[in-house]
Amino acid sequence: MRKLLILSGKGGTGKTTVASAFIALSGARAWADCDVDAPNLHLVSGAFPESSTKDYHDLPKAFIDPDRCTACGLCYDVCRFDAIEPGEVYQVDPIACEGCTFCRYVCPEGAITMVESKAGEISLHRRGDQIFSTATLKMGSGTTGKLVSAVKDQIKGADAPLAILDGSPGIGCPVIASLTGATLALMVSEPSVSGLSDLKRVIASARQLDVPVAVVVNKADINEEQCAAIERYCTDEQIPFLGTIPYDTAVVTHLNEGRSLAHADGPAAVAVKAIWQRTAALLEAL
Amino acid sequence: MADDLTIAVLSGKGGTGKTMVSVNLAAVAESATYIDCDVEEPNGHLFLKPEIFSEETITIGKPEVDNRLCDGCKICSDACAFKALAVVKGKLLIFPEICHSCGLCYQLCPQGALTEVAQRLGVLRKGHRDELVVLSGELQIGEPSGVPLIKALLENITGGITIIDGPPGSGCLVHETISRADFCLLVAEPTRFGEQNLALVHELVTLMGKPSAVLLNKTTGDDNPSRAYAEAHGLPIIAALGWDEELARITSAGALITEHSRQYHRYFFRLLDQILEEARHA
Repeated sequence: MRKLLILSGKGGTGKTTVASAFIALSGARAWADCDVDAPNLHLVSGAFPESSTKDYHDLPKAFIDPDRCTACGLCYDVCRFDAIEPGEVYQVDPIACEGCTFCRYVCPEGAITMVESKAGEISLHRRGDQIFSTATLKMGSGTTGKLVSAVKDQIKGADAPLAILDGSPGIGCPVIASLTGATLALMVSEPSVSGLSDLKRVIASARQLDVPVAVVVNKADINEEQCAAIERYCTDEQIPFLGTIPYDTAVVTHLNEGRSLAHADGPAAVAVKAIWQRTAALLEAL
Repeated sequence: MADDLTIAVLSGKGGTGKTMVSVNLAAVAESATYIDCDVEEPNGHLFLKPEIFSEETITIGKPEVDNRLCDGCKICSDACAFKALAVVKGKLLIFPEICHSCGLCYQLCPQGALTEVAQRLGVLRKGHRDELVVLSGELQIGEPSGVPLIKALLENITGGITIIDGPPGSGCLVHETISRADFCLLVAEPTRFGEQNLALVHELVTLMGKPSAVLLNKTTGDDNPSRAYAEAHGLPIIAALGWDEELARITSAGALITEHSRQYHRYFFRLLDQILEEARHA
């Protein structure tokens, strides 16, 4: 199974716009929303007759039994996550606790136990031979990278030649988790100094993991000079530049109505369709 | 404006205008501190162009094993909650990229075979633009978590007005970013995507007991799902900033709109006043 991952570095450049159009244009039978921090792909994936949702569990978090705590402070001293709150009896801030168990090891009273903790929900939707994997992180949970891996695992065994993964902004653990095993990372950039600066960092992250990259520029006509700068950068770095998408107010109208650009015919939709053809050709060659 | 106030600018969804709002607010505040906590993709410096006066490497401790002392007893690998240690054929393997640097393994090793070695996590730059102090952190490529870098940045809050430019999302980086904030300004765009992610970050700031208000950005006068969300959930709307191609163009070139337009200078000056007023009453 080839895995096409859509990334950007900078947020709000149009990852989900491109991913949702590609899913429809390619006839993909498996796709996933790896932006578990701020998932949106479900809004443009249509309705699914079959869905299953289950709780996703984080590492168990520390709990201090108030009846046994003597407020000796040893747990507070060893915790590197500022998760222990001193007081008459000490308490654990479950949001800050990462579940390392150091406090439990040092507690002389045996007052600390590790309790199961729900970190989010993970869903698998089905429609005919299509499957869509997505998740929502529970507020205050910090296990983003592992949840992204779990989202990807749900479509791993699917009988599909191509899977499309919508990624998250940035370069940290969720992006690293989404990059692992990707066939190609298509970077959706925007023509701005911020867009280029962020693009360079996410490309460096992909290259560190030996994932091939390609670039498109969305809303290209907002700043043609910056768009040209991105194209030059790609030429210098020998990165395939797969085209530009013009700024088009119809995009928001379409997406707000829950439709992808695959069935639209405005200037942005025309450009996305041409870019899909080039992306498909590049994927074939990898 | 003498009192101390830390304002975090957030959005949930990326690309709604956090940095544009933060840098322009900081620029009109004049005497203030701007902290770029989007350590994965820091951009504030591209606009504020500070004169850098210090650059500090931020490190994080990771275990290293002395194979002459390690006897492969597995005490550390059995205890590591993150599975960052494994003993294979009697030899200890360490996976630093999944290590959370909790420190437990050094404590448990009966042979004293593990030592903590500082690894580069990123850099913290301090600079200024006239009276404005500009701080930013840049996470090293390949490092999974910028949380310790954000912690180091926030230690520099010295009082007065501090404007924090937050990372996108509503995960652990955002959580850390707002830990020291008195007030959160949520920047939202008029799309269903924007509304969904506004709801998530609003839930997070509410959970953390932080007062907040929303700035509706890129409004077009049509239906605005983010406005509808705010109205339905009692989230105060502090202002609405209409879509303006000129603003987009100036910002895309890395310039401050408040320097290019008197109108926008007045707008952000008044916006800062409104935010401070809202924050004080919250």
